[in-house]
Amino acid sequence: MKNKKQNKNALNPTDPFCGFASLRWWLLAVAVVWVLNSILPDLMGPYYFQILILAGINVILAVSLNLVNGFTGQFSMGHAGFMSVGGYISAYITTQLIVSHPEIMNDAILGSAVFVGSLLLGGLGATCTGYLVGLPSLRLRGDYLAIVTLGFGEIIRVVFLNMDAVGGARGLSGIMQFSSFGWVFTLAIFTVFTVWRVVHSAQGRVLLSIREDEIAATAMGVNTTQGKVRAFAMGAFFAGVAGGLFAHYLTIMSPGTFDFNRSFEIIIMVVLGGMGSISGSVVAAVLLTSLKEALRPLQQLTGVDLRMVIYSLVLITMMLARPSGIFGTREIGDIYRDWRAGKAPKDAKKLKASTPSKGGAA
Amino acid sequence: MNLGTSVLKVTRVGILKGRLLAAVSTLLIGSSVFAATIKIGEVGSMTGSEATFGISTHEGIELAIKEQNAKGGIKGQKIELISLDDQGKPEEAAIATTKLITQDKVVAILGEVASSRSLAMAPIAQKYKVPMISPSSTNPKVTAVGDHIFRVCFIDPFQGAVMAKFASENLKAKKVAIFRDVKSDYSVGLSDFFKEAFLKAGGEVVVDQSYSSGEVDFNSQLTSIRAKKPDVIFLPGYYTEVGLIAKQARKLGIKAAILGGDGWDSEKLYEIGGKSLNNSYFSNHYSQDDQTPAVQSFIATYKKAYNKIPDGLGALGYDAARVLFAAMETTKTGSTAEVQGALAKTKDFQGVTGKITMDEMRNATKSAVVLEVKDGKFLYKTTINP
Repeated sequence: MKNKKQNKNALNPTDPFCGFASLRWWLLAVAVVWVLNSILPDLMGPYYFQILILAGINVILAVSLNLVNGFTGQFSMGHAGFMSVGGYISAYITTQLIVSHPEIMNDAILGSAVFVGSLLLGGLGATCTGYLVGLPSLRLRGDYLAIVTLGFGEIIRVVFLNMDAVGGARGLSGIMQFSSFGWVFTLAIFTVFTVWRVVHSAQGRVLLSIREDEIAATAMGVNTTQGKVRAFAMGAFFAGVAGGLFAHYLTIMSPGTFDFNRSFEIIIMVVLGGMGSISGSVVAAVLLTSLKEALRPLQQLTGVDLRMVIYSLVLITMMLARPSGIFGTREIGDIYRDWRAGKAPKDAKKLKASTPSKGGAA
Repeated sequence: MNLGTSVLKVTRVGILKGRLLAAVSTLLIGSSVFAATIKIGEVGSMTGSEATFGISTHEGIELAIKEQNAKGGIKGQKIELISLDDQGKPEEAAIATTKLITQDKVVAILGEVASSRSLAMAPIAQKYKVPMISPSSTNPKVTAVGDHIFRVCFIDPFQGAVMAKFASENLKAKKVAIFRDVKSDYSVGLSDFFKEAFLKAGGEVVVDQSYSSGEVDFNSQLTSIRAKKPDVIFLPGYYTEVGLIAKQARKLGIKAAILGGDGWDSEKLYEIGGKSLNNSYFSNHYSQDDQTPAVQSFIATYKKAYNKIPDGLGALGYDAARVLFAAMETTKTGSTAEVQGALAKTKDFQGVTGKITMDEMRNATKSAVVLEVKDGKFLYKTTINP
């Protein structure tokens, strides 16, 4: 069991899901997303389609936070802050550009280029903030880190509240709606792909070693603070991109939207899906976003707003029944492999034969 | 359809058959009633940190619908309210709006209280060309989204002008001091509009000081205000700081009248400020002491239904719903396009919060009331027309 756990993230050539690591599968997925982009709105109806898009944004947020909270084991509570930095920067760029050059809107390709550029700049702005916040605070551990990140998240919100350029308390409105299903899910796939590759790289091993035992990692010569700050900055980048998508989907940014409750919501997704499971974060993000809407008919039927009561009950039951989250630290590929192993004992033997030697080496 | 699937799920779980039958039969009865009703959607913050605003507004809307249905609905058709919670989050408000329009096929939408949520909802309502009436979003940008977005409250420029008019005409003030909350856009906006209108009326702004909400000591600013000897102080903040400022001002011996806006409207104001608030006035949407029959009958029915005195938001929710019904009654088929057209033509509608007329920007032009704070009571002073 222990060997298996240590080995779970290794790229095993006999693993049928090894193909996930290669770029072409991801590119294929992006192509599928753009095909769906033209079919789905009519197929699903605008209501379900809208839930799907918000679920996609939540996937980016949850997966990026999982890199910090799950894989690096650093409990950050300021993700909403980075999201707002990215959102405000990209929304400010596009609104200013469109005011000065209205012709951008007439050209679909130019418009998309401006949008993606603004998302990138928003992400980079969030990265810089993440780096600055991470540098002092990631020297702390556990609860202290959680409180410091929570504080920084609030500071970011209050800074935007006092900035007249982005509308202050009134918020920034009149943002163009650039975020489509295609863009949201392309970037969601990009996020999952990048986090997946990072976690499976040497850098990812550094992060995992920090999570498992920081003292041992330091003893092995790992620069733990640097590793943590890198994970933090990267998580912040994707949060910023998600913030940009959020802003360009709702067309309004107000500081009140990014209070600590939003950070908690993302943390819930990560914990429910499993700290250290990318597939878990994806599943939990989609599940929790749809759950709130799925409970609406109940509210209409009973006339009492039990939505949040049931939502909380689901979370409590889940945490009592499976404290490690839906997936624990496993991925969907691991589960598929186990299922295959259970079905075809020959494969299982092969796997078992190859596991101990690798585990022993590690 | 959602109801159908949820019932199926219940069978799988295995709830008693009898209860199921009851549920199905209510569903059948329900759906036959649905066919003959006019559906109106509401999006509000029933839960979350701003739940009190959402609930007050909801109660006002509910009351208006109850009354209208008791009168026989609109042209014989009963009104059905579908009210969805947004937890005070703009993305939930957007989803709820889409659901109301595309799933429930509502004729019109009432909501939201806060401008940030209304701004997330407005583009969707505009896209599907369904009229939306915000009871109390004061940001001018809300109705600028498109020709299907309306509001029944006055906007900040008007409120600033009202107090300037009151100061110069009723209080005969010549010199004013402005003391604004730089952290709140509401306060800054109101101060600017007040200043503009007061200068136009021939007055003079002798000093313009500022504070940040959350502060507790205002003595240094108040001392410099005292030195200029203003006739009135314009203090458009929220009740917490207003109470403290009034207390410290009176302690410093400032006797000038203090004026403010609807941010003062809270029972907490007197708890904090106490007797120091005597000789101060603020503008509001309506007054409980207003003796016009429309106001008094509203207060009586509201009290009967919910056992409490309605606040401004409850009155605005009530008016938003009634403006909509009045518009619907003038239409032939009740289609969204006709309702939109009729709403835009709303003129001199006698609501609880004043006579409502929609201007070309779909903002309500209407009167504001000025209330005097006296020993913990908000006394009706005067009504100021635009």
